[in-house]
Amino acid sequence: MTVDISGASDESAVLSALPPLQRPDEVRASRHVESGRYGNLRAGLAQLARKPIFIIALLYVLFVIVSAIFPSWFSTGQPYATFPTDVMQPPSLHHLFGTDEIGRDLWTRVLYGSALTIKATITAVAIGLVAGLSFGVVSGFYGGWVDALIMRIVDTLLAIPALLFALAIITSVGYGTIPVALAVGLGVIPGFARTTRAEVLRVKTQPFVEAARASGASWMRVLVRHILPNSWGPVAVLAVLDAGVVIIAIASLSFLGFGAPPPASEWGTLISDGRDFLVTSWWLSLLPGLFVAVLVLSLNHISKTLQELER
Amino acid sequence: MTRYVIGRILQAIAVLWAAYTVAFAVLYLLPSNPVELQLAAAGVDPGSLPPGQLHAEEAKFGLDQPLIVQYFDHLGGFLHGNLGTSITQDIPVTQVIGNRIGSTLLLSLVAGVVALIAGTTLAYLATYVGVKPLRLFLSRLPAFGASLPAFLTGLLLIQFLSFKLDWLPASGQQGWQSLVMPAITISLITGSVLAQVLMRSFEEVMRQPYIITARAKGLSRGAVQLKHGLRNAALPAMTILGVIAGLTVTSSVVVETEFTRQGVGSLTQQAVSTQDIPVVLAIVMLAATLFVVINLIVDLLYPILDPRISHYPKAA
Amino acid sequence: MTATLEPSRAEPGAAGPIVEISGLDVGYRRHRKVRPAVLGLNLSVAAGEIVAIVGESGSGKTTIANAIIGLLPENGRITAGSALVDGVETVGAKEKVLRALRGSVVGLVPQDPMVGLNPTQRISSQIAEALRLRGLRSDEIHQQVLAELEHAGVPEPELRARQYPHELSGGLRQRVLIAIALAGRPKVIVADEPTSALDVTVQKRILDHLVGLVRETGISLIIITHDLAVAADRADRVVVMQTGRVVEEGDPRTILVAPREQYTKKLIAAAPGLAHGGQLAPRYVVDRGSLPAPILTLQGVTKTFRVTSPTGGHHNFQALSEVSLNVPRGQTHALVGESGSGKTTALRIALGLEHPTAGSVVLEDTEISGLSWGKQRPLRRQVQLVHQNPFASLDPKYTIKQSIIEPLVSFKIGDRKARTARAKELLDQVALPTAYLDRLPTELSGGQRQRVAIARALALKPNLLLLDEPVSALDVSVQAQILDLLSELQRELGLTFLFVSHDLAVVSQISHTVSVMSNGRIVEEGPVAEVFKNPQSAYTRELIDAIPRGTRALAADPESRTQDAEPTAHPPSER
Repeated sequence: MTVDISGASDESAVLSALPPLQRPDEVRASRHVESGRYGNLRAGLAQLARKPIFIIALLYVLFVIVSAIFPSWFSTGQPYATFPTDVMQPPSLHHLFGTDEIGRDLWTRVLYGSALTIKATITAVAIGLVAGLSFGVVSGFYGGWVDALIMRIVDTLLAIPALLFALAIITSVGYGTIPVALAVGLGVIPGFARTTRAEVLRVKTQPFVEAARASGASWMRVLVRHILPNSWGPVAVLAVLDAGVVIIAIASLSFLGFGAPPPASEWGTLISDGRDFLVTSWWLSLLPGLFVAVLVLSLNHISKTLQELER
Repeated sequence: MTRYVIGRILQAIAVLWAAYTVAFAVLYLLPSNPVELQLAAAGVDPGSLPPGQLHAEEAKFGLDQPLIVQYFDHLGGFLHGNLGTSITQDIPVTQVIGNRIGSTLLLSLVAGVVALIAGTTLAYLATYVGVKPLRLFLSRLPAFGASLPAFLTGLLLIQFLSFKLDWLPASGQQGWQSLVMPAITISLITGSVLAQVLMRSFEEVMRQPYIITARAKGLSRGAVQLKHGLRNAALPAMTILGVIAGLTVTSSVVVETEFTRQGVGSLTQQAVSTQDIPVVLAIVMLAATLFVVINLIVDLLYPILDPRISHYPKAA
Repeated sequence: MTATLEPSRAEPGAAGPIVEISGLDVGYRRHRKVRPAVLGLNLSVAAGEIVAIVGESGSGKTTIANAIIGLLPENGRITAGSALVDGVETVGAKEKVLRALRGSVVGLVPQDPMVGLNPTQRISSQIAEALRLRGLRSDEIHQQVLAELEHAGVPEPELRARQYPHELSGGLRQRVLIAIALAGRPKVIVADEPTSALDVTVQKRILDHLVGLVRETGISLIIITHDLAVAADRADRVVVMQTGRVVEEGDPRTILVAPREQYTKKLIAAAPGLAHGGQLAPRYVVDRGSLPAPILTLQGVTKTFRVTSPTGGHHNFQALSEVSLNVPRGQTHALVGESGSGKTTALRIALGLEHPTAGSVVLEDTEISGLSWGKQRPLRRQVQLVHQNPFASLDPKYTIKQSIIEPLVSFKIGDRKARTARAKELLDQVALPTAYLDRLPTELSGGQRQRVAIARALALKPNLLLLDEPVSALDVSVQAQILDLLSELQRELGLTFLFVSHDLAVVSQISHTVSVMSNGRIVEEGPVAEVFKNPQSAYTRELIDAIPRGTRALAADPESRTQDAEPTAHPPSER
């Protein structure tokens, strides 16, 4: 059987495009403990509560987001304050991530540096989601030449790797949170567009859609009340996964030297700056790096758990 | 069938052209004058120059022409293999890239082979292994590998293999030793992606009823997975080759910078920081062309490899 | 050249049973608990015997098939008992032992031929694989592949061997699967619902062929089926199962004529082909001349589809040619045909979901064939559809109440209170408790969902209901309930039904008149009783003959059972 994953812009979209694994059909419906409209939701939440790793991942992500908005809650220091007597200290209870070459506390710098990245990530995912969803719905719903046209536009977006596109924009206008978010957001549109389109196509052919039409529902009603609610599942999974992809992209940009100018302490910049001292003070690069890696890992895990729940 | 082939080729050309237009728009429409920037970077105030000289510099790079003319000039140039002139170095872009592309191609090839072998093996084992904890572990590995950013992996490798153990050089491109760590860094990402896709594909295939038919004949699980599973699982996974090529390109920008290799990736980083627009445009177009060509090849090969399409039953 | 298959090594009756199962318990592990699927099974199959295991869904019959061959799914567990195959214990046996039995001692004919073959391998390689495992030399294999195909009744074996599975029809694919099973020269074959996915005429031919082959070679055969009539017609012994336990066991004639258990009696009563001692007794008898005026008329309807192949070429497919039919008011008209006959297309055209290429469709004196969707909309209130698949015809995110009142919402009828009241009224009419209003479709069984679909169809108080195979996805006992419900509703509400089905036996239980379709044409039509008693066309006769009715089981002369079963050559109508 053929699986069409040609539409993916990145691995995350590919994984969501593959059909979920099938369980053997049971003709008798299984007895659910929860019933009613929100029964599924309640049952799902109960299942999630039983997964410790998921809880940990979720807590970590929440922590990063909250600390980006309110860094002072988690660190008493100031990002630009220097401790000249504590230059190049390895991690300790006093300085969780150690200090850098001019004595700044790394932990504080990491937390304060989150804000820009988180802001850009949310913007980029929002752009990708809204635009991609719209493209996908219109494309899947109308079909025909509209579909072909939109898919070619999506193809074009796919052809230019998101990172290069962001680099091109930076070449022209220099660094800025909005341009970078825009560039990366454009890069994740194809994944959303194709996933949404596939879902819409799948649901569109289901008998209950035809039944609704046969009982007098207009296409608009069918779209809003039947197709969209049944399609958004894989899109949500993809959104979480793509958040991780976007974070890596943005961090890579600042690593390459195209982040906010100093003394802003974006994660990638911190990692890049620490490269020169890798031999002596490994924590300068590696701890912020791990911070980012664990964040992306958590997002991946959350996404995978949600996907398994979907089935 | 020919209709399909021609259609796909035309589509590929259309996409390339659209990509060129978008890239051109981003680079040339947005406010900035590359020559002025160049001069400013060199410490010369463009305003202090006699107007004729600035104009002459601009004319040298064709920047005094109306945009639409530049658009077609560059396009025509691309089609003839002329990628423009680098503003920083004042030599043809073709030459600039040509000097560097060998290193990148070598790295990409090695990384690609490693990713292919490692990814496929991992996916195969993860499906084959019967011991549940081991299988769980193997199936989680690719997700882990895909989450690690390239810059972190590279640094970790340098830290341990270069500084701590002194086995491999931390930079440069002398000898095969210098290839090892960069290749591992890139293939960790691309191999993980490949493994994830293949694993899902395998699991999907192994649940199909025809697998039961095969086992009922008396074949062992390994034989069934190899003879019946592999081909059916690999086919849909082929479509990810384009994505993997894109990932390789993107990763090489970071990896080459990190390991101080003189390749097209690190060239990109330099060109962006010096705002050398023609070079950036050329690199973007190269990447786009690579992606489109690979996808085109996969699209053309797929019907041949999938008998359901190549042997379409004619109407009775 | 027809090489004959060598008879099996064991002589019938000699050296003990091929399969001996005692006290077998099988379950499926789910969330740390094991849910039992089979309990305390005792089953013995002698050499050369044909045993049929009959049960509805959830009876555990498929689990037994998988257990015998040692291919339970990953979460399957054998928790107790023993299963001896050819004297070898399979419970707890190592994979090596089981592998030695598969193919060479136990052969499997799987359930669904459409997915049972590797789609990317040629037919010849798939059969050759089985032959190689038997130990054939490479140079002999090609000839033997052709021989096996021929034995399984596949025409043009040289051509078919080179082809891929998707180039063969369902019936041919099933024959290939039979060939693969036989290629290993097993002592016993397990056939898991061997024909449920096929048309009834194809079913009959293939079952006849299979039974003939095993009789010829002395192989034992275990048929797993949900169809008691199929089982009774072919087997030496019938085992009836319900929720994992054996309910009754015996020779077919005894089971059909003098069933002991309540459940068996229920199965017999629910199967239209068996309920009246093998005679098809239509529920309604009407006179052709005195039919009420039609509420719906199709006249000369033709429909051509343009089909594009994946590589871009296209051709025209004639789905319907000059189809005409009348649906008399207040009665049920059936449209009968096998897959590909065009009956579903005809239904969709009658509903207005498709436009005919030519011809007219008149509903309540209004021509609807050319009307746009908007103009058709007012007529929607008169005509409603009940879909075949109860699992997909309800939006999984809608509560039952939402699904039922949706037509009212679409037409803006009544306020919230009125709609809720109507929903309760409708649930009553379909005999479902009002507590179900807030449930989701996943909490209901197939039969219950179909009732909801019927309730939804009645919401707008239509005059005409179009039903597309409404019971074919349901268990036999549930089928009977739904058909009874529909008859009752027709009486109470004065509804007219257009009932599409492939199953003549089901049709006889609910219809007054019938049109028989084949290849896009109507080949016969008239009152059901008339058509059944005196079928005019050969096709109708073939359809009637193919209905499993336990005729052989009920035949007074036991000798006729073995005589009838001969491998039949394929008829030309099979591709």
